[in-house]
Amino acid sequence: MLDNSTGDAFVAFDHVQKSYDGKTLVVKDLNLFIDKGEFLTMLGPSGSGKTTCLMMLAGFETATHGEIRLDGRPINQVPPHKRGIGMVFQNYALFPHMTVGENLSFPLEVRGMAKAERESRIKRALDMVQMGDFANRRPAQLSGGQQQRIALSRALVFDPGLVLMDEPLGALDKQLREHMQFEIKHLHERLGITVVYVTHDQGEALTMSDRVAVFDDGRIQQLAAPSDLYERPENSFVAQFIGENNKLPGTIEELSGDNALVRLSSGELIDATPVNVTEKGQKTLVSIRPERVEFKPEMMPPNAHMIDAAVVEVIYMGDILRARLNVAGADDFVMKMRNTQGQTRLEPGQKIKVGWHPADARALDPI
Amino acid sequence: MAQALDPHAAIVTTASGAEDGKLTTADGKPLAWALKRSQLKAKRRAFLLVLPLLAFILITFVIPIGQMLQRSFYNDGFSANMPQISQWFAENERGTPPDEAAWTALANDLIASAEDRSIGVVGTRINYDVPGTRSLFTSTGRKVRRGIEPPYREALLEIDEEWGDSRLWSAMRNAATPVTANFYLASVDRTRTDDGSIQQVDERQRVYVMLFMRTFWLSLLITALTFVLGFPVAHLLATLPMRKSNLLMILVLLPFWTSLLVRTTSWMVLLQQQGVINDILVWLGVIGGGQRLQMIYNQTGTIIAMTHILLPFMILPLYSVMRTINPSYVRAARSLGATSWTAFRRIYFPQTLPGLGAGALLVFILAVGYYITPALVGGSSGQLISNMIAMHMTDTLNWSMAAALAALLLASVLILYWLYDRMVGIDNLKLG
Repeated sequence: MLDNSTGDAFVAFDHVQKSYDGKTLVVKDLNLFIDKGEFLTMLGPSGSGKTTCLMMLAGFETATHGEIRLDGRPINQVPPHKRGIGMVFQNYALFPHMTVGENLSFPLEVRGMAKAERESRIKRALDMVQMGDFANRRPAQLSGGQQQRIALSRALVFDPGLVLMDEPLGALDKQLREHMQFEIKHLHERLGITVVYVTHDQGEALTMSDRVAVFDDGRIQQLAAPSDLYERPENSFVAQFIGENNKLPGTIEELSGDNALVRLSSGELIDATPVNVTEKGQKTLVSIRPERVEFKPEMMPPNAHMIDAAVVEVIYMGDILRARLNVAGADDFVMKMRNTQGQTRLEPGQKIKVGWHPADARALDPI
Repeated sequence: MAQALDPHAAIVTTASGAEDGKLTTADGKPLAWALKRSQLKAKRRAFLLVLPLLAFILITFVIPIGQMLQRSFYNDGFSANMPQISQWFAENERGTPPDEAAWTALANDLIASAEDRSIGVVGTRINYDVPGTRSLFTSTGRKVRRGIEPPYREALLEIDEEWGDSRLWSAMRNAATPVTANFYLASVDRTRTDDGSIQQVDERQRVYVMLFMRTFWLSLLITALTFVLGFPVAHLLATLPMRKSNLLMILVLLPFWTSLLVRTTSWMVLLQQQGVINDILVWLGVIGGGQRLQMIYNQTGTIIAMTHILLPFMILPLYSVMRTINPSYVRAARSLGATSWTAFRRIYFPQTLPGLGAGALLVFILAVGYYITPALVGGSSGQLISNMIAMHMTDTLNWSMAAALAALLLASVLILYWLYDRMVGIDNLKLG
């Protein structure tokens, strides 16, 4: 199922388990192989084990079982300061009693680097994040975004092959966060470093990553490229967690290859793509993205089923219109329409028919 | 000009439009004056709220301490009751032998003072400088009340030979002015000779400078000991999980809830020669029965007991600072390649300095003025300057001397405080 063999992976989690109290496992049998130069994001709700995995990789937590390898070398017994891994912390962890320059100088000093060499490297690292003029400032004198950049350049100044980021953008406002996402992404591309990034923000994960590992309950639920993750979730948890999602519970009526006919609890029939359902009569949860729902018959493929819907409310959101519909007895079905010239404006109470391409409706395991 | 949407913005634009450069409100009043006026009522009310406390502190703290400190340089026990001889001292410079006018003034003053029954006060004042002279004054007073005839020199010398002593006359001259530096001179083991120059007292009588030095040295040592013992405890308090750290906190605070006397006396039980620790050492065979250690009624006792008693004052400020140090700082340092020792030395420890400064200042200032514990467990080698102050307050009743010693102690603590402010900055102090 993984696209790497274990041998040539840059970072490898090999059957790793972690327990804090000896009773419950926070990380249950983690197998994850990360390529050199890859940007991998660990995404999941809090308590899903993603930060624990990152801390084990950084060396601040020890694995209860299994082996972690970095560049082929087991590092379970290597203390954090000998791992040579750069790390960006959630609160930046810039040393408050040192200037920006001293902060960047610290990793070089502990490596015994000469002063001239240190200075040229600090300058280069600061210029890299456009903070060249701030070497003499104290962290407290900088804005959140500036501190973020300094933390980034401090993690990179000693040229680590691997950089870990623990929700580094969590404390920034939305606009700055989006800007920094691109900046980090570009740095990653320019420097060719390997990045392991932890976040609970799915938008961040989708924007930045080469691959995303969705964590829940101490396991990786799905490991895939962002587009696969969004368009082809493999189970209900991933479908729920990534993006907005409509779910219709029902039973499999017919199953033929890559097509399934699902009877909803209200009696209506819809088309879907079977993902992890195997036999007729099985309970299922059909998941459809709001932007893939259509209400104009001419946009639908021939023979596709359409079902009745009643408009409950329409919210104007600027770029899109968001309609909440009553479908199959529940009124939390969402449809998104692009706010284009001449777009049909729905009214609350209006009766319409909705449908979708069978490929966009995925019959998943019931929760 | 853009239309102001915010009503406050309208005032601002009007205010900034004044011609003479000074800001005014919309109706032309100076802005600063208007601001002051608008806040006046609130300020007055706030002041009324703190007024009772202010009065309380004034009456119970500032005024008594001020009066006490005044005694260190102002004592009119002699000058107020012996006006004529004081006058003579003022008119004749130091070194002038007492002439007949002086003897007459002295005799008249003695008669008046004896009639007044203030002769004891006068004697007490001179007794500070020349021990044993109080009885000279009181007995002479009794005799002169029965009548005394000129020539007074011979008459007084007949009552007591001591009236001719030059030390007595020198002491009376020193006491003739109510404002005097003599108590301060005595506090640093100095005295005024007959010709007015300042010199050290007899080597056998030099005690105060040594006591000051000992007080400061022991306080420094105790501060260092509380730091060494308290730092790990504070760190544990700040990093342990909540339940365990609460328990530990109670253990740290427990001494606070126990009477100082109980704590000090329990150290006596532990440390004395027939005490628990000596018994255990003998039982273990570490020392022989005849070599029991002297751990109390000397400096060791003072150091041990005071370190224990002052420990919470070091732990609590350290803890309050350590609690705010995010563990990710040390983690960051480790991930950047620092060993745990380097991370502690360069990242963690510097961030605890505000707490360390506060704790050290607190412990040192408390230790410098400590009284009960050294009095109980200090023996003679563990006495501090505060014990000497107490002795002057209760035994010798030389309050002026006590006040002078206390003033010196206060001044040195204030100087230390000032130095701390200059070097570390008092804003960095974190007491909790």
